[in-house]
Amino acid sequence: MDISIIHITLFVLAVFLGFELITKVPPTLHTPLMSGTNAISGVTLVGAILAAGHGGSQNLVNILGFVAVTLATINVVGGFMVTNRMLAMFKRKD
Amino acid sequence: MNENLIEIAYILAASLFILGIKGLAKPKTAVRGNQMAATGMLIAIVVTLLNSTVVSYEWILAGAIVGAIIGATLAIKIQMTAMPQLIALLNGFGGGASLTVAAAEFFKSQPVSGDLATMAATAAGHDVTGMGTFAMIATGAAVFIGAVTLTGSFIAFAKLQEIIDGKPMGFAGQQAASALLLIGSIVAIGYLTIEPTNTDLFWAMVAAACLLGVLLVMPIGGADMPVVIALLNSYSGIAAAAAGFVMGNSVLIISGSLVGASGLILTQIMCKAMNRSLTNVLFGVMAEGGETMDADEVYAGKVKSSSPDEVGMLLETARRVVIVPGFGLAMAQAQHAVRDLADTLEDRGVEVEYAIHPVAGRMPGHMNVLLAEAEVDYDKLKEMDHINPTFEQTDVVIVIGANDVTNPLAREDKGSPIYGMPILNVDKAKTVVVVKRSLSPGFAGLPNPLFAKDNTLMLFGDGKGAVLDLVGALKEA
Repeated sequence: MDISIIHITLFVLAVFLGFELITKVPPTLHTPLMSGTNAISGVTLVGAILAAGHGGSQNLVNILGFVAVTLATINVVGGFMVTNRMLAMFKRKD
Repeated sequence: MNENLIEIAYILAASLFILGIKGLAKPKTAVRGNQMAATGMLIAIVVTLLNSTVVSYEWILAGAIVGAIIGATLAIKIQMTAMPQLIALLNGFGGGASLTVAAAEFFKSQPVSGDLATMAATAAGHDVTGMGTFAMIATGAAVFIGAVTLTGSFIAFAKLQEIIDGKPMGFAGQQAASALLLIGSIVAIGYLTIEPTNTDLFWAMVAAACLLGVLLVMPIGGADMPVVIALLNSYSGIAAAAAGFVMGNSVLIISGSLVGASGLILTQIMCKAMNRSLTNVLFGVMAEGGETMDADEVYAGKVKSSSPDEVGMLLETARRVVIVPGFGLAMAQAQHAVRDLADTLEDRGVEVEYAIHPVAGRMPGHMNVLLAEAEVDYDKLKEMDHINPTFEQTDVVIVIGANDVTNPLAREDKGSPIYGMPILNVDKAKTVVVVKRSLSPGFAGLPNPLFAKDNTLMLFGDGKGAVLDLVGALKEA
């Protein structure tokens, strides 16, 4: 079997899983949910690291890799931190 | 590091993301959930750094430092009222990251004259011809969706930040232009699968997608921004998943599709709450109203203006009070004043709850965050479907900074543009107090017959000032 078929299978299953997971999140937490999933989508950082660190001589690829790492890191760091900040406000009452 | 080990670590990371989102289902477990997702991210990053194909670290380090500083600054400095802007920006950065990752892969696959690898391949009799068909389609999708998300999110950010006018903006033939850009991009991707070394065509497609992002968001009005942010959130996820196909990376595919699904669900919820179809929002169409109601006719002689003292007296004898906050409350920075009012009432044994309409803020769940910041207990924040049946047993409803979501026309007038929109049935309560500066209409531009009802009292004034006056009146009594 082609590896891309496995990847398409993963994709389809993950979409269904996503629908199941997200419908259980109450409206109260929808904003932290959005910032949190935003941080998770920053996992593009993995691809960005591979692109920026391949050590090739093409400047364009290196620059694109650098930009990708920067943008994805903003998403990861900013996303998780701001989600944590919001969720801490919800927790305070316990 | 062994390739199988890397894959196992990626699956572990993806599992932590899933458990993290699961944790977000309850306020009590949410902080832990977020930390689990962050741990998953750390694992994914560390094993990627150990991947043997990563040989140079200077570009990575530079990007990580710049990104971490910008990200942390944004996260610490942002005001809770500006959260929609931040999410819009982060969506845009996510799209941009997918775009640049896919573009880097595309250019990596290009033959370079003088490049040692290319020369070696040619000498060995191999032809360097760029990407294969599947990789090219995935790259095209990641670049296209990433670019639309990038520019679309920046326009959404500019509208929310009021850098550009929030009103719908467009020109004749805009939809045709958008359609042309979309079709052109798809054709370009198709052509690139045949000729994967055509870099000019690649750049043209990037430019077309960037322009499309701008054209798609410009005609959307400020009131519809919650839908747009949710939708762009979904796009950023789909772009990440597409980048995952380009890299053949499982964790990217899984998390990208989770985010894509999440954004789609939130988009759906927002559309339902505004009684608009997604196509209506996207093409900037407002429902056509039958006869427009004349505001003077609706209000003439029927609006009763009240004073803080009078409302204070009402509240003194009330047993159950429901507060209906809208974004106007946040604009007036009145969250803390409202919490004070609720505390004062509760000290007197009054039951206080908050009725939160899904579009009360500027993005899904925004009002809940704003009230949580003012230390309002989340158990007191009630969803529309839960609180609506209780209004008949409610003595006083206080509406602050909300308008359209309480408009009975949505329930009663079939000809009204907002007919069918789910609303908070505040008019069923014994008394409704509306705190508002004037009788001006909300986003929908309609008069609100609620203001003229027999059981409605208008308390004209600035949201924060009026609420503080009420607290004062109650404490004196």
